[in-house]
Amino acid sequence: MRSILFVLAGLMVMGLAFWSYQENYKTRDAISEVRQLHAQIGQNHERLGMLRAEWAYLNRPDRLSDLAELNFERLGLLPLMPDAFGRVDQIIYPIPDLLPIIVPIEVGSDPVTEGEEAL
Amino acid sequence: MIRTPLRPLARILKAREKGENPDAIEAENIRLRREDLRDKSRLRAEGRLIVMGAMFALAYGAIGIRMGALAGTAPEEPQSASIGSPIIGQRADITDRNGRLLATNLDTHSLYAHPKDMVDPARCARELAAIFPELKEEQLLKDFTGSRKFVWIRRQLSPEQMQQVHDIGSPGLVFGPREMRLYPNGAIAAHILGGASYGREGVASAEVIGVAGIERKFDDYLRDPANEGAPLELSIDLTVQAAAEEVLAGGMSIMNAKGAASVLMDVHTGEIISMVSLPDFDPNNRPQVLLTGDQSDSPLFNRAVQGVYELGSTFKIFAVAQAMELGLVLADTLINTKGPLQWGKFRIRDFHDYGAELSTTDVIVQSSNIGTARIAMQIGAERQQDFLRGLGFMEPTPVELQEAPSGAPLLPKNWSELSTMTISYGHGLSSSPLHLATAYSSLLNGGTRVYPTLLKRDLVQSGPRVVREDISQSARDMLRQVVVRGTASFGEVEGYEVGGKTGTADKPKENGGGYYKDKVISTFASVFPANDPQYVLVVTFDEPSENSSDTPRRTAGWTAVPVAAEIIRRVAPLLGLRPQVDSLEPIGVTLTSN
Repeated sequence: MRSILFVLAGLMVMGLAFWSYQENYKTRDAISEVRQLHAQIGQNHERLGMLRAEWAYLNRPDRLSDLAELNFERLGLLPLMPDAFGRVDQIIYPIPDLLPIIVPIEVGSDPVTEGEEAL
Repeated sequence: MIRTPLRPLARILKAREKGENPDAIEAENIRLRREDLRDKSRLRAEGRLIVMGAMFALAYGAIGIRMGALAGTAPEEPQSASIGSPIIGQRADITDRNGRLLATNLDTHSLYAHPKDMVDPARCARELAAIFPELKEEQLLKDFTGSRKFVWIRRQLSPEQMQQVHDIGSPGLVFGPREMRLYPNGAIAAHILGGASYGREGVASAEVIGVAGIERKFDDYLRDPANEGAPLELSIDLTVQAAAEEVLAGGMSIMNAKGAASVLMDVHTGEIISMVSLPDFDPNNRPQVLLTGDQSDSPLFNRAVQGVYELGSTFKIFAVAQAMELGLVLADTLINTKGPLQWGKFRIRDFHDYGAELSTTDVIVQSSNIGTARIAMQIGAERQQDFLRGLGFMEPTPVELQEAPSGAPLLPKNWSELSTMTISYGHGLSSSPLHLATAYSSLLNGGTRVYPTLLKRDLVQSGPRVVREDISQSARDMLRQVVVRGTASFGEVEGYEVGGKTGTADKPKENGGGYYKDKVISTFASVFPANDPQYVLVVTFDEPSENSSDTPRRTAGWTAVPVAAEIIRRVAPLLGLRPQVDSLEPIGVTLTSN
């Protein structure tokens, strides 16, 4: 009876050792994955910061007013003046559909390829 | 094991021969055997106890050592959580009240050289000089061929420049990562943002520190990783700021002014929506501080906060409001305006002769120095000081800029009755346009003190009461009358009920001794809409001169007022203020019932 107990206990120890060995490696895998993800998040943050800066730079008021002036004939944009406030019954109805986008413009927020990342 | 018999035959026989009892021998042997057994079991028990003790000692020892080790080492984050730092390690962004970026960071590279690793220093120097025009080839060659092991070449590189340096292909040219502070809007809000530069520099990184403005004031906050990269939200509205700068710059060139400043403030929250000081600068490329001459000539000088000027007749409303608060006059009380008013050797005159008497409202509308001085005489120096202190004229503005303490008002050393009289119409006390905007906000928002702030609050300040609600209302009515039929008739903006007060003050000579005859500071302090005050706008021009007619016109009514009206026309719609139209019949909605 006693020896059976010893054998069982021994087997249990071995089983536990095997289990904890596996858990240990799983944990290490998870940690390295987390590290990779963090690095990726960091890179994406950097990229996002760059894109936000670029967006802000391209949308700076000086540039927008210059563009509005350059394209005045096409767009007819003027600074917002008090007479821009209208009344509800002045609104055209229904609103015409947007024109289809014929020439799509590639934007900086498209995902990067590996080749660009290496820079 | 040899077992001794209990009754050894030899000894028994011997004992029998001697006539002894052989049983004694057996008893003796039994006793010996028992003693032997007892000793053995005791030894075993002792051994077990020692093993047990050792086990316990080991277990507790291990725990003790581990505890000691934990207590003795520096705290350390668990490994899996320690990698988050590069994400938020940067200086925080600064945004306007709508979240548009005012300052952010950009990753860039610095360039340095290890001359010992260079294969062909002469070619390196030549090609570097070709890429960077500001570098001299001879100097570079001297650095590269001398005894130096390390040479800084550039602090920042653009990606194109970096590629060009890459193409030189010298192993001695090395890049280091660098973080750069970027102000994407250029000169807009330059004086508020200030600027940043590098603190401690290393090859692998450099510390970005604020050098002026809000960047310096909130340096610790912006660098604190505990904020997890949360941006600093300012009360500035970028679009309004840009529009105000554009109009003010246009006005400054039309009026031939040396400088200009404007402050737009929310009367209830004290938030500064826009603050402009011209000439300005690009914070991305901050100019050097002037080493000689007058600092106020430098574009770095913030006229709205640091510039203290005698703001002239804009002060009159304070004297009148206080007199009404004290019950000394009413809005229609007649004031003696017969001039000139003589005080010792000093004479107070008016711009025109306004006759013998004017009502209190008309003293403001016509801007009578004599009338205001007479009202101030009734108030007295002591009470005037208390009132102006309550409006914030006795200390620098508490606005969150590094430069704010340098904008301390200039007060008379001896506050005599004459000072009381001159200060009542804005001479003898110099303060910044921001002081004036704060005081107008406090006076006109219903009469509670506001403190100027550059941070987004959206919370109505409930400061101490300055004047009663009805006095605030009468002050607004008077200011409205100034625009309707007074000195600021160019200030009318249809739909926005502008009220305000002009102020034209002669500039004092720098080295003392009187005032210039042909140099003025012209100011227009306005509130809109006057019937439901929302914003206060102060516009100040330094040495304006409007030359469209034969004689140059310098008064605020001709210089500051039209520009302020244009600013209101531009920014009020941007602030979401709908023009008030006379017809108030309900539109678009038909009430029905059945």
